[in-house]
Amino acid sequence: MRKNLNVIAAYSIMMVLIILVGIFQSWNIALSIFNMCLISAVMTMGANIQWGYAGLINFGIMGYTALGGLAAVLISVDPIQEAWRVGGFDILMCLWLIIVMVLVIRFILKNFQKSKLRTYGIAAIIVAGIIIIRITAEPGIEAIEAVNPAKTGFLGGLGLPIIFSWIVGAFFAGGLAFIVGKVALGLRADYLAIATLLISEIVIAIIKHEDWLTRGVKNVIGLKRPAPYEVDLQTTDWFINLVEKFNSGKLSLISNLADRQSALNQLVIEGSSVFVKLCYSGLFLVVVIILLILTQKALYSPWGRMMRAIRDNEEAANAMGKNVVKQHLLIFILGSAIVGIAGAMLVTQDGLFTPGSYRPMRYTFLIWVMVIVGGSGNNFGAILGGFAVWFLWIEAAPIALFLINLFTASMSDTHALKVHLIESVPYFRYLMMGLGLLLIMRYRPKGILPEKIEIK
Amino acid sequence: MDILNAIVLLLNYIFVPALTYGSQLALGAIFVTLIYGILRFANFATGDMMSFGTMVAILFTWYFQSLGISLGLLPTALIAIPFAVVFMAMYMLLIDKFVFKYYRVQKSPPVQLAMVSIGVMFVTQAVVRIIIGPADQRFFDGQKFIIKAGEFKEMTGLNEGLAIKSTQVITIFVTIILVSVLFWFLNKTKTGKSMKAYSDNEDLALLSGIDPKRIVMITWIIAGILATIGGVLYGLDKSFKPFTYFNNMLPIFAAAIVGGIGNPFGAFLGGYVIAFSEIFLTYAYKKFFMYVLPESMEPETLVQLLSTDYKFAVSFSILVIVLLYRPSGIFKGKVL
Repeated sequence: MRKNLNVIAAYSIMMVLIILVGIFQSWNIALSIFNMCLISAVMTMGANIQWGYAGLINFGIMGYTALGGLAAVLISVDPIQEAWRVGGFDILMCLWLIIVMVLVIRFILKNFQKSKLRTYGIAAIIVAGIIIIRITAEPGIEAIEAVNPAKTGFLGGLGLPIIFSWIVGAFFAGGLAFIVGKVALGLRADYLAIATLLISEIVIAIIKHEDWLTRGVKNVIGLKRPAPYEVDLQTTDWFINLVEKFNSGKLSLISNLADRQSALNQLVIEGSSVFVKLCYSGLFLVVVIILLILTQKALYSPWGRMMRAIRDNEEAANAMGKNVVKQHLLIFILGSAIVGIAGAMLVTQDGLFTPGSYRPMRYTFLIWVMVIVGGSGNNFGAILGGFAVWFLWIEAAPIALFLINLFTASMSDTHALKVHLIESVPYFRYLMMGLGLLLIMRYRPKGILPEKIEIK
Repeated sequence: MDILNAIVLLLNYIFVPALTYGSQLALGAIFVTLIYGILRFANFATGDMMSFGTMVAILFTWYFQSLGISLGLLPTALIAIPFAVVFMAMYMLLIDKFVFKYYRVQKSPPVQLAMVSIGVMFVTQAVVRIIIGPADQRFFDGQKFIIKAGEFKEMTGLNEGLAIKSTQVITIFVTIILVSVLFWFLNKTKTGKSMKAYSDNEDLALLSGIDPKRIVMITWIIAGILATIGGVLYGLDKSFKPFTYFNNMLPIFAAAIVGGIGNPFGAFLGGYVIAFSEIFLTYAYKKFFMYVLPESMEPETLVQLLSTDYKFAVSFSILVIVLLYRPSGIFKGKVL
């Protein structure tokens, strides 16, 4: 208990801050911050596994998040029969061609000696394959995109409950991580950072422009929800009774019956959106707790010890007979899969998939700030980083506005500088993030909650 | 006649734009490579440092324009560049003093410095957006075209026009001058040689009496010059938008690595490799084939290898391939 005091204190402060937002701003805002904090926490756990446990740098978090989001679309949207009818065959043909191509390359890699000829041969196969696939796919893609383009124009998904996509998202992200890991993990740390950053940009480019699969920048909206809809709740009896019971004290003060009814209606509308957010919080909390237990167990298991040994001294671990390459690949896949879950959760919560919104600042670098600030190598630290940084990211604008008003109190409201500063309030969050990161890296390089390894 | 038309077509749509874009990338790539070679970290703040320099140049341009100073046919921004460079160099030295110096003295691993540069990236981005805003800024003035497409057609009697913007000529011209001066400095002067020595082997350089503080300072100043001029040229040619500059960091990194990171000449060529391959692979060759091939063989599709949406993806794919097969870059040679 005693030695965990700083963890408990840090989390209590965080909770108090969120509750304060609930009291002073609104419970709706507080809960949406809390939900996003939970999603950020899942992402930071993924990044922390890679960076904190194994020292692998992954600047491609954005790509895995987007793949998780794509999984949510492909799982939950109903299949579009007509699109499948007009273009499904061509797409399946392409899929088959890709599989053949991969198998041929595998065959060549296995059965021929490494030589220049082999390299050129593989390159030729890939180029030829891409051209053939393009020619095969073109009519199918055009046909699919022509099917009711304002509403669909893509193949749709499987029509399953969206919760399944959290697992599928993990598999998608893990699959990509397998390919990336096979290709890039041998690189030096900073090259790996650049390579993963660029690969994630390629993933986003594909998601943005392959309209037949993802609808691209036209966005997919109105995804299914695991939680009830506000409109349905507002007409459900048990929910109205619940709100009434909850606020009976407040309502009994109003004597006029009509006034009381309208007050109740207002409360029901507010309550319904709070209730929906609470449902999401519950779901996300379950995911966070399961992942936390698993990662904690892993950290203190022999496997976790081995990972730390590899991180701290690769050569020594290799000499002890640990397969560094294999373990790096494994942990790269695991971490990315967790990020994929977070990506699917994010799309589930928003109910829409907007490929244009995936930007490296928000989905890669901000997550890294969270990990570094929270404390890499420590799961509680990483989660706390997710909470604290996301909280600051949202509340930065009000804080900046407050500070600007404080420092420019002597100026008139129409003073050009003051107006300009108030207009640029949204960008103060970048400033705060940057300063926060720099200060933490300088004065507390291990983060708010540093890594603590107990030998039992 | 048709062959001539085809050549002019390629010149107009591929060669001139690629050369311009390549020059702009090349300056950024040399910046990345210098920082990597001497300070030994991947600078993720590259794009934002360029946008900072450009922002200062834009502010000076606006000031000069309000004073009524102009260069006539040339853009006013050219006068603003020297002032912006001074400002930018001061900013770079300030960042170095308050941020990077500590980690350099501590001999932190390169990854940590890269992380720190992300902090700098956030701060610089915020400063730029707070001062000038996130919107598009155009600061070009003077004459826009040297040759207009219509005039060219009239002059030569060809079907295809060749339009050359003055910014394209300025970009190529300034790049040639700047890069020649830089290579002369690195290869012929004593300071340049000591920078090379420092980048080759730090300890040996220290032993032979090279002052590391001076080397680092000069590196940052050169980096500031390159970042400002590269950024201003890009902004003149296209337009200035902080987000675009941040995104440009990626092809710039690609160019630096393709050329062999730490090797300025490689980075210079790498810029053109990236620019040309981006434009070559995403250009629709239909019209070209219409001129070259006989009428019966004319292509029906656009004959485009990749859609322009994948412009960025091309450079990244090149980068990934280079990283896999030749991590030291395609241009072998001495580092720095």
